[in-house]
Amino acid sequence: MTARVGVVTFPGTLDDKDAARAVSLAGAEPVSLWHADADLKGVDAVVLPGGFSYGDYLRCGAIARFAPLMSELIPAARSGALPVLGICNGFQILCESHLLPGALTRNSSLRFVNRDQVLRMENTNTAWTSSYDEGQEILVVLKSGEGGYVADEETLDRLEGEGRVIARYVGSNPNGSRRDIAGVTNEHGNIVGLMPHPEHAVEALTGPSTDGLGFFTSILGHLAAGTPAHA
Amino acid sequence: MSEVPGLDTVATAHDTPDTPQPYAELGMAKDEYERVREILGRRPTAAELAIYSVMWSEHCSYKSSKVHLRQFGEKAPESDALLVGMGENAGVVDVGEGNAVTFKIESHNHPSYVEPHQGAATGVGGIVRDILTMGARPVAVMDALRFGPADADDTKRVLPGVVSGISFYGNCLGLPNIGGEIGFGPGYIGNPLVNALCVGVMKHEDIKLAQAPGPGNKVVLFGSTTGPDGIGGASVLASATFDDESHAKRPSVQVGDPFMEKLLIECSLELYAEDMVVGIQDLGAAGVSCATTELAAGGTGGMRIQLDRVPLRDHRLTPEEILMSESQERMMAIVEPAKMDAFLAVCDKWGILATEIGEVTDVTPEEAERGGRLVMTWHGETVVDMPPRTASDEGPVYERPYARPDSQDALQSDDAAALPRPKDDTELREQLLRVLGAPGVGDPTWVTGQYDSYVRGDTVVSTPHDSGMIRIADDSDRGVALATDGNGRFTRLDPYTGTRLAYAEAYRNVAATGARPLAVTNCLNFGSPEDPGVMWQFAEATRGLADACKQLGTPVTGGNVSFYNQTGDVAINPTPVIGVLGVIDDVNARLRSGFDADGAHVFLLGETRPEFGGSAWADVVHEHLGGLPPEVDLAAEAALGEVLATAAERGLATAAHDLSDGGLGVALSESALRGGRGIRVEVSEDVFTELFSESAARAIVSVGPEQAEAFTALAAEHGVPLRRIGTVGGDALVVEHPGGSVEIGLDDLRSSYEAALPALMDGV
Repeated sequence: MTARVGVVTFPGTLDDKDAARAVSLAGAEPVSLWHADADLKGVDAVVLPGGFSYGDYLRCGAIARFAPLMSELIPAARSGALPVLGICNGFQILCESHLLPGALTRNSSLRFVNRDQVLRMENTNTAWTSSYDEGQEILVVLKSGEGGYVADEETLDRLEGEGRVIARYVGSNPNGSRRDIAGVTNEHGNIVGLMPHPEHAVEALTGPSTDGLGFFTSILGHLAAGTPAHA
Repeated sequence: MSEVPGLDTVATAHDTPDTPQPYAELGMAKDEYERVREILGRRPTAAELAIYSVMWSEHCSYKSSKVHLRQFGEKAPESDALLVGMGENAGVVDVGEGNAVTFKIESHNHPSYVEPHQGAATGVGGIVRDILTMGARPVAVMDALRFGPADADDTKRVLPGVVSGISFYGNCLGLPNIGGEIGFGPGYIGNPLVNALCVGVMKHEDIKLAQAPGPGNKVVLFGSTTGPDGIGGASVLASATFDDESHAKRPSVQVGDPFMEKLLIECSLELYAEDMVVGIQDLGAAGVSCATTELAAGGTGGMRIQLDRVPLRDHRLTPEEILMSESQERMMAIVEPAKMDAFLAVCDKWGILATEIGEVTDVTPEEAERGGRLVMTWHGETVVDMPPRTASDEGPVYERPYARPDSQDALQSDDAAALPRPKDDTELREQLLRVLGAPGVGDPTWVTGQYDSYVRGDTVVSTPHDSGMIRIADDSDRGVALATDGNGRFTRLDPYTGTRLAYAEAYRNVAATGARPLAVTNCLNFGSPEDPGVMWQFAEATRGLADACKQLGTPVTGGNVSFYNQTGDVAINPTPVIGVLGVIDDVNARLRSGFDADGAHVFLLGETRPEFGGSAWADVVHEHLGGLPPEVDLAAEAALGEVLATAAERGLATAAHDLSDGGLGVALSESALRGGRGIRVEVSEDVFTELFSESAARAIVSVGPEQAEAFTALAAEHGVPLRRIGTVGGDALVVEHPGGSVEIGLDDLRSSYEAALPALMDGV
């Protein structure tokens, strides 16, 4: 049976179409999930796509956290059972939901940054990164205004110590992220938050590369193996 | 007397014919006001005066430009592609496979000077709603921007604000920004140009029109609430020059909420898909006045509105203020009564406020003859009772006097060919780097890096390449390409030729990415139409564009005129920005401008003549503007375009780049930098002309050696002159000529190309 991967649409979500396309290209079935329905429709995994949910009012992701759908998603993800990938605004929502530590702050340039970005993959044992090799450099898209990852030094040390930094920016730091962190995972390895957009690097025609597809093939492999991920 | 204190009702207007009215303050001429009295057979109420003043403003009525814009229709070429022509919110063209595309460019110049961030943001919002109103899903935006000198203090205020406004609004809507242009010049200080373009895609059967048929159908206002923002903006802000006297009446600009607009887009598209609207109009300039009069005029001619039902964010607003408010993110729909519940349910799903404010009515034959009948009430009392067509379609039309200024002769005889040229290879090298690094020529990444170019995942070509190209559907390989161009220096030297050059450049840019040009939009930015010299520029420009479109078979589908871009007596260089839309059958064949194939042959297509008037070289090196712009040969442009599109289609080229600002030297530098490879070329002994001439109808193409013969034959077949000038490879641009050579390493090219804007804006 084909894996079913949910793609959530909040008011103001923008990259849902792109995330669904990436899921399809990887060979899974994308399932639309609506923020106002507390129903995960039995999906095997969920992508929280990029965008400006609720117009970024209050703080990025702060309102989306309280959507009815999130009341189902949060406990399932926290337990380690439901794999969740949060991209850009999705990463912000995961942090606001306390499913991942830290927060995303305004870019150090104080401007929106849209550019092709090289990442170095560091933890390839999560549900969403197993298609990559450790240390592999990939080219994806970065497009965000509030992409600077911050956490206190102790948390940063712990994340690095536990191998929970999944990817770092290579080259000049685009947004002031502490320790060049582009993405992190939780202790179970089922939840990944990533500021850059792998779903925009899945077709040679429209992306800077097809390197981003690995996030979506990873989850297929993970679901096929039928075992919970571990960090 | 009215029950509401101070309310100016129709009855009051009848009884008090001699009450003085502030028509002049609202921007109306005395004879225009008299004409309103004649139409109504009495003095207008305050609310009616508000409607006529905004609808008859230059901005909404095109009263000074109309007589010239008619040529776009009269000279329109036969085109099977045109589904909806000028006059609607935007034109629609057929792009095959049952798909249609709608696109338009519009100015938001004056508001962007007053408040750059919100002015530019709401410019994006307005054009996106125009496209949405046609029934299309907006899929991409572009911007054509002009600022004062890059090092001027005010440019450092205006430019970052404009860019952040476009970035803030467009990114939040989820629309990729796929291209555009940026330019600088002394006239634009105090008069920046912010021209925003949007393109949308739909099926043929989904086209919507601004009309209100069917008596009994409901008039629904949905989206944001109405507040005091931009009141009078349409007639005052968009049409008045910035002299000291106008400060007092300058109102605040509108404030945009892109989140609301995103919801409005999704909500409207769902309403269309469920067939819940019979007519639709967005609220832009002139707000409720414009939407009600245009919808009524496009339908039965009859409409009844309860103005007090309009949801307000400031309860103190008067009827006339509600009519003039330009609060953003609002739409008006005509809905069958049986579908009202379902309509409201869709709005509720998206969190959109929707309010029934009136209904479509029947009109008697006599009323129809007068231009229909629009009645508006305020708490039960009639404050508007007028024929809507007289406001929307029958505004004043002026034949403004125009005359070629005497100074034009002196300008044209000040030939740029006489300017001192570089005396040796060292100077040649230095001048090429200066031109390449000039703010309007060099790397625009400081600006474009703030725009999301990837969202929706259908962007096939974008900045900095020659056009922006979008795949129109997931299940199709078809794409549309768009380019905007305009060169105020050329148009200043010769408005007729300059406008044709702008058209030719946009046409060439579309072809250089592999698409075939199909249709045209335009944004005509000029000084005051009350100045006969400016009006002459305008007449020449419109004549030039109409003639060009006729010759190459690309109809004008719509556009926008922006007058009064001037400070005191000094107008901007006339700046018609021309947008050309093309179609490509298979987006996989698209060409980009980076020469990245080692060993590929570099061909120069077209003829190079010693043409330097208005060139980037004359501007950057000598701060000179004089002489004549390059000649235009549209037959040569068409032939070149066909060679480029066919070469893409047949896979004969690996990349292509049009020649424009800066000429061959700049084009080679850009293609080398974007490809990450050097290029070695050999040119004739007149190396200066080779590198800096801006002759039109030229492009450089990179062709694999195995395709060189077929490519050469293709050019010959279309009669396009072709010269193999060199080869891709190495890590430098090397230009050899009989008298020596110029060599510039990629690193040096890059540092010149990339330096200007960051240095000016960030001081790095």
